Amino acid sequence: MKINAEFFKKNAMLMVLVLVYIFFTVTTGGQMFQPLNFNALITQNAYVYILATGMLMCMLTGGNIDLSCGSFVCFMGAVGGILMVVKGVNSGVAVALMMVVGIVYGCVLGYLIAYMNIPPWIATLAGYLAFRGWGTALLSANSTTGSIAPFPDSFLKLFSGKVFSTPITKFNYVCFIVGIIASLIVAFVNVRSRANKIKKGYEAESVVSLVVKTVLSIAAIMLFAYKLAKAGGIPTVLVWVVVVVLIYNFITSKTVFGRYFYTIGGNREATRLSGVDTNKIMFFAYLNMAVLTVITSYLVIARFQAANSTAGTNYEMDAIAGCVVGGVSAYGGSGTIFGMVIGATLIGVINLGMSLMGVDANWQKVVKGVVLLGAVVFDILANKDKKLS
Amino acid sequence: MAKVLLEMKNITKTFPGVKALDNVNLKVEEGEIHALVGENGAGKSTLMNVLSGVYPFGTYEGDIIYDGEVCQFQTIKDSEKKGIVIIHQELALVPQMTIGENMFLGNERGKKNAINWNETYSEADKYLKMVGLSESSRVLIKDIGTGKQQLVEIAKALAKQAKLLILDEPTSSLNETDSKALLDLMLEFKKQGMTMIIITHKLNEVVYVADKITVVRDGSTIETMDKHTTEIDEARIIKGMVGREITDRFPKRHDVVIGDVNLEVKDWTVHHPLYTERKVVDNVSMNVKKGEVVGIYGLMGAGRTELSMSIFGRSYGSDITGTLTINGKQVDLKNPREAIDAKLAYVTEDRKGNGLVLSNSIKVNTSLANMSGVSSKSVIDVDKEYQVAVEYKDKLKTKTPTVEQNVGNLSGGNQQKVLLAKWMFTDPDVLILDEPTRGIDVGAKYEIYCIINDLVSAGKSVIMISSELPEVIGMSDRIYIMNEGKFVGEMKAEDATQENIMACILKSGRGE
Repeated sequence: MKINAEFFKKNAMLMVLVLVYIFFTVTTGGQMFQPLNFNALITQNAYVYILATGMLMCMLTGGNIDLSCGSFVCFMGAVGGILMVVKGVNSGVAVALMMVVGIVYGCVLGYLIAYMNIPPWIATLAGYLAFRGWGTALLSANSTTGSIAPFPDSFLKLFSGKVFSTPITKFNYVCFIVGIIASLIVAFVNVRSRANKIKKGYEAESVVSLVVKTVLSIAAIMLFAYKLAKAGGIPTVLVWVVVVVLIYNFITSKTVFGRYFYTIGGNREATRLSGVDTNKIMFFAYLNMAVLTVITSYLVIARFQAANSTAGTNYEMDAIAGCVVGGVSAYGGSGTIFGMVIGATLIGVINLGMSLMGVDANWQKVVKGVVLLGAVVFDILANKDKKLS
Repeated sequence: MAKVLLEMKNITKTFPGVKALDNVNLKVEEGEIHALVGENGAGKSTLMNVLSGVYPFGTYEGDIIYDGEVCQFQTIKDSEKKGIVIIHQELALVPQMTIGENMFLGNERGKKNAINWNETYSEADKYLKMVGLSESSRVLIKDIGTGKQQLVEIAKALAKQAKLLILDEPTSSLNETDSKALLDLMLEFKKQGMTMIIITHKLNEVVYVADKITVVRDGSTIETMDKHTTEIDEARIIKGMVGREITDRFPKRHDVVIGDVNLEVKDWTVHHPLYTERKVVDNVSMNVKKGEVVGIYGLMGAGRTELSMSIFGRSYGSDITGTLTINGKQVDLKNPREAIDAKLAYVTEDRKGNGLVLSNSIKVNTSLANMSGVSSKSVIDVDKEYQVAVEYKDKLKTKTPTVEQNVGNLSGGNQQKVLLAKWMFTDPDVLILDEPTRGIDVGAKYEIYCIINDLVSAGKSVIMISSELPEVIGMSDRIYIMNEGKFVGEMKAEDATQENIMACILKSGRGE
């Protein structure tokens, strides 16, 4: 009984996600379940996953956030537009130059926050204001419409479209096979991890739990693979998102560097006295955020095929919301990449579902606000219970 | 006989794992100054927190009878309404606000939602005069010295119509002259009929102002002495404070060979990080040999923690001068990492504040200071980390179902063991243990002592800071006595008695 309660608490958001998905599938008369909307869910939300990954790292260090990332996406769009469209720079070189600009900003921001002790929300509020203005100014100086287009195909191909694209009428076998391979890998990793634990005499999950977990993960993967295969193939952005998520999942759970983010959020002074350069970790949290913001800007430019002054509006809020709904502590010290992915997906599903239902955009915001607050309240209540027992 | 203003009957207060107060009785008569004395952690402040409603009615057992009626305070407000006002050891003033604003903070003058500033400042000036301050109440708190700030606290209490004033270590941050002025002020208030309770470590002050003295020891009231019926001097009070048997509360060490000097500090001076002209540690020299336990005894605020943290990679203080030699080599440790690499460990007194990451598991805490020991190329070897945590859990007998347990869920004694495990895993040669048994029960204390003995048997050096006299005497080979930033004495354990250690401190306090 106790294990069930714990299992429920641990996977509560996942279950909410499934329920919400079913709800929207019913209310939209099955529209939500159509291949094109699976595709839309991913392409529309790719930016949230990547920004929220960076935001997660910042939040772990003690509930610190970056308000400037949305505006910085807009600014990077302007920089990319000027380089690639106005100056005609080779797209590979432009991508690299944009990254350099991002790293410079990340270093400045990291220095201000880590070494000059400027509160993160103030330092990034400055960026929030400045980069929106700067980006818009650059865009209107270089075009009459306030948006720069068209971007070269070589750039768009790298960050949008499909991998091994096929027409929607045809079933994309490559996509389906990738799904099968991914399923096999998941099954293999799960089984091996349990076998390892048993071999070394550690606490291991029950066989039932292993089978349920594996079957559910494979079902989810194959559902996506099947739907995407019918929608023309794997979206390129999905590849980017999966790569980023896997890398950061490894960093947060398996590396010393990642571990320090958690302990700083839990107790900064204790971490410092344990010989960790806490300022350096804070510095890297914001440098890393800037790097991921640049990657996000590639995806955003490619998706809209243009650099706009409105690009990236409220992205910082979406990233924060994704983290918080996904169980990342607003005080720092706890939260996982997996949780963040669930949280960001939940918000994406709600967005998409409400749009399909034709809910007014203003009311959509109300619903999102309520969901965000509900997630935090739930988190606090769940933790309170734990202390009592 | 005067009327009894306050009576606390059979007060018992338990914290998870520790009985802080055990059947305490206290009687205070109207118009007297009553001193509460006892060692750190004896339960004096807890008792006053029970009285003032910091710990609400229902979280403790026993009765509080004040002015003839039984009181059940839920908040500090309730007790203040009755005229019981407590002035805490740490000043609770907002530096950026004026004296007047601070004085009526939470007790504002004027109509319900509109502050009457003229009334505020004229009233404030009136109370300032009563405590002998000539400053205008429009001056900012940060612009006056600590001595005057303490007086503002008292004026603030008067403004609340205090009938019973509780002063918790009022002179701990004051210099000689300011302390004297404060004590005289107390005597002046007494003449006007005010009742006061003073908590202090400075026994000369107790003798100077108090009518009655109640001794608190290990959470119980031991005795109450009346100045008017018995002769009271400092020695008599000390006897009451420490008078307990030291029998087998400390495990014996066998066959420990004391070797060469392992760590040596010479002419070590540290200044306060903010008030840089203030010396926190003043020209201290000490050493510790291999296999030796050196005790540093001193009361709270003597500069012990500051001394050790400044040695541990300059993690405290500014403008640090002096030389540090480890294993015969002079070193300059610029940060905690360098200190750890030089095989030094500092086990903090404040395990929740800067020792442990409470929201993380035992495993994560155990490896935190030595991640390279459980990882290769910065990738954590999860198995190894787990094994290390289990190994130390078994070695130190930490009581927990699994090492995945969050440290925040453990008792104080077990948290202390995790903290020790963390530092033992860095494989240090010299361990500085700052109050290693604070706030943990007797059984766990004994186990910590055994761990200390194992460490020195393995040839390591231990510097143990403690404000518990029996512990210092029972565990150390050699004892340094520290007071007001200076070392005021050094003695071998066999020569040390509680009385002559206290005498060292008293002598230095009087400037002899």
